[in-house]
Amino acid sequence: MSRIETADVVVIGAGIIGAACAEALSASGMRVLVVDRGAPAGGTTAGGEGNVLLSDKAPGPELDLAVASRRLWPELIESLRAELGDEIARVEWEPKGGLVVATENDARGPLAILAEAQRRAGVQATAVDAATAREMEPHLTEHVAAAVHYPEDAQLQPVLAATAMLAAVRSRGGDVRGWSEAHGLVVVNGKVAGVRVGEGTIACGAVVNACGPWAGHFGAAAGAPVEVLPRRGMVLVTAPLPHVVSRKVYAADYVAAVASSDVDLQVSAVVESTATGTVLIGSSRQRVGFDEALQVEVLRRLARSAVKLFPVLAGVPVMRAYGGFRPYTPDHLPVIGEDPRFRGLWHASGHEGAGIGLAPATGRLLADLMYGRAPVVDPTRFRVDRPAVIAEVRT
Amino acid sequence: MRRIVVVGAGPAGMAAAAAAARHGVDVVLIDAGAKLGGQYHRQDALAPGDAFVLPGNVEHVADATVWAIEPVDGGHRVHLRIGPADGPRRHGRAVEARALVLATGAYDRALPFPGWDLPGVFTAGAAQALAKGQGVAVGDRVVVGGTGPFLLPVTASLIGAGARVVEVAEANAAVTGWLSDPPGALAGWSKTGELMRFAAALARHRVPYRSRSAVIEAHGIDVVESVTVARLDGLWNPVPGTERRIEADAVAVGFGFTPQLELALAARCRVEDGFVVVDAAQGTSAPGVFAAGELTGIGGAALAASEGEVAGAAAAKFVGAAVEPPLKAMARVRSGRKFAAALNAAYPVLPGWQGWLRDDTIVCRCEEVTKAALYRAVDERDVEAVRSLKLVSGAGLGLCQGRVCGRNVAELAGVDAAGFAKRPIASPIRLAELAEEEPVESPIDAEESGRALGVEY
Repeated sequence: MSRIETADVVVIGAGIIGAACAEALSASGMRVLVVDRGAPAGGTTAGGEGNVLLSDKAPGPELDLAVASRRLWPELIESLRAELGDEIARVEWEPKGGLVVATENDARGPLAILAEAQRRAGVQATAVDAATAREMEPHLTEHVAAAVHYPEDAQLQPVLAATAMLAAVRSRGGDVRGWSEAHGLVVVNGKVAGVRVGEGTIACGAVVNACGPWAGHFGAAAGAPVEVLPRRGMVLVTAPLPHVVSRKVYAADYVAAVASSDVDLQVSAVVESTATGTVLIGSSRQRVGFDEALQVEVLRRLARSAVKLFPVLAGVPVMRAYGGFRPYTPDHLPVIGEDPRFRGLWHASGHEGAGIGLAPATGRLLADLMYGRAPVVDPTRFRVDRPAVIAEVRT
Repeated sequence: MRRIVVVGAGPAGMAAAAAAARHGVDVVLIDAGAKLGGQYHRQDALAPGDAFVLPGNVEHVADATVWAIEPVDGGHRVHLRIGPADGPRRHGRAVEARALVLATGAYDRALPFPGWDLPGVFTAGAAQALAKGQGVAVGDRVVVGGTGPFLLPVTASLIGAGARVVEVAEANAAVTGWLSDPPGALAGWSKTGELMRFAAALARHRVPYRSRSAVIEAHGIDVVESVTVARLDGLWNPVPGTERRIEADAVAVGFGFTPQLELALAARCRVEDGFVVVDAAQGTSAPGVFAAGELTGIGGAALAASEGEVAGAAAAKFVGAAVEPPLKAMARVRSGRKFAAALNAAYPVLPGWQGWLRDDTIVCRCEEVTKAALYRAVDERDVEAVRSLKLVSGAGLGLCQGRVCGRNVAELAGVDAAGFAKRPIASPIRLAELAEEEPVESPIDAEESGRALGVEY
């Protein structure tokens, strides 16, 4: 394929968010070039479990984005199937539902309060008693104090999903280029005129910073830093098993761990099976910069929390572990919108561990804002110029 | 206390342990086997006694698997499980040391071909291990295929176990010819004598040995019944019209070796072209981590032992022992590497093997990924790295974690194979075992570790 050296928009970062933005922009008629300093869908996207969750979000702007996204995912997959065929639209989409389990009595109250608030926000959240929970998940621990069923929770395979959206971008006349690092912007009269990539420059009218946990790096290189930091996570993968778990099952303390800003290690069990029969065990959260070194204590606590939820897993071999970095913002909200410092520079990052679920609505919102259309959700709280993201930055 | 950890008790690891122990350093020598010697010596696990004796300050931890290496301040923490891998009663240990010698060796590489997933197809190494370790031949009529000098001892072991080797198919030039006239100053290197003896054994048993040939297909309904051997051109494409059908009930194939890199990668050693980079003292890019043997380049047992001796001495020096440079061993390493480099250059794996595969040939056995499915995943999804390749195709995600298929799949897909060796959990561990607290032995004294310096001769 010949390289295009001009584009309407250049998206920096070919993870799930960059792919979703590029898909939405190319669907609106733009010629989009996606560049990534590594392999497409090879960073945070390849390190995730594929969560499309409503259950772990308290009412607020992120839940609004998640609700919109949950509605958009099946539509998007269907449109990719119509456009590109069955094979490429295969993303292992499973609307399997989620079950949040409190194993301690003191977790019952907070879980019930959260579920009630979510119901008022339009989320399906059904309280189930211990017997019902164990009927739904027969291998679940006997120590169930309370549980809530979230039928809308879903799962997909993020690398398949991202590469499917990138294939759509290519088929619409755009391009995706791996191993191409973006070094900075070309700015004329305060407006983006191009982006420096590798040895060359690509002329374009807009640039989208979708670098995930590295968004701060590209922002700094572009002269428009944003407060997006890496938050490390590890996942354990068991050998393939006969059926053990049907839904996405997680401990009630997960919601608190997600919402915390703690630098120290936080571990709470998230257990689910994949299409190939392996069981994925998360989740850990840790702010250790981009340090990839193995910490056995993290694996140990993941193992303990999973066995507590599903005692039957005790004898099961773990085949591998993988890790990744989530893009964390201090106020736990993504950054979606135009940068106040340079017209034509847009941001779409900071989704922390929820990027897979939030991707389609993020892409749609970005395209809506760029085209001046009515936005799919209220963009106010995702603005780039909010204090948590931009206040610390000296310009 | 001066203590080092050596992982692997093959020729390299044993030599490293002995060298460090000679310098007064305590050694914890960890190995998966029941006895010393590794794959190369392959002692009968059930026979009494051990053919090797190491100094008293070497603690040999047998039947042990290192499942993780974790960097800690001033060194590394080595996590192991001890006991039979499938048994329920493995126990855990965690040992810290300022210096580590990694001598984890290599396993042999199998290339896929139609029928390679039939029962009766073995890797050359597995066939040899069964023959040497248990006196069992993998079949009555065996075809040996692949490339390089390793095919000779494998064939000799099979004959020794009572098999009839009906053909040896060497995909490159004849090893005997190369050994009798190696290039330049390499003549007379010690390895040649041993290999020439194997070659003589083949001749004595009238084993047909064909160069520039390969097993390109195995046939059979439930088990191997016959194979197709074809002549190869200079790039390993089969020459049309040269195919011969040979009756056989087993095939042993070996196409060079793949080093076991996961622990080296966990210890953050730099790897180039598939091998751990080391300096003259066998030091890796990670301070306090030394590597010896096939991990640093495929060169056979004698070279591995010389490297082990150098590495063990350097590790002892690193933890503070008074050590003179082991000049003789270092000289043997230099000459051995020259020979190994020339031999490896003469026995490459060439890309024509990809043409032996048909669309429905399985390339990843654990996940049953065919060549066509792999290509479709790569083409449609424009995959450019191992991590995403695994996740879009499934190849390498199964129980072997890419140990068997990784390099082949990477070559077929045109991506760098190094990512397949990144396995933070180096061998499977049960969740209950992982959940257990292990007491840490000999924790590193941070103050003492501050004195550790690099080793330079």
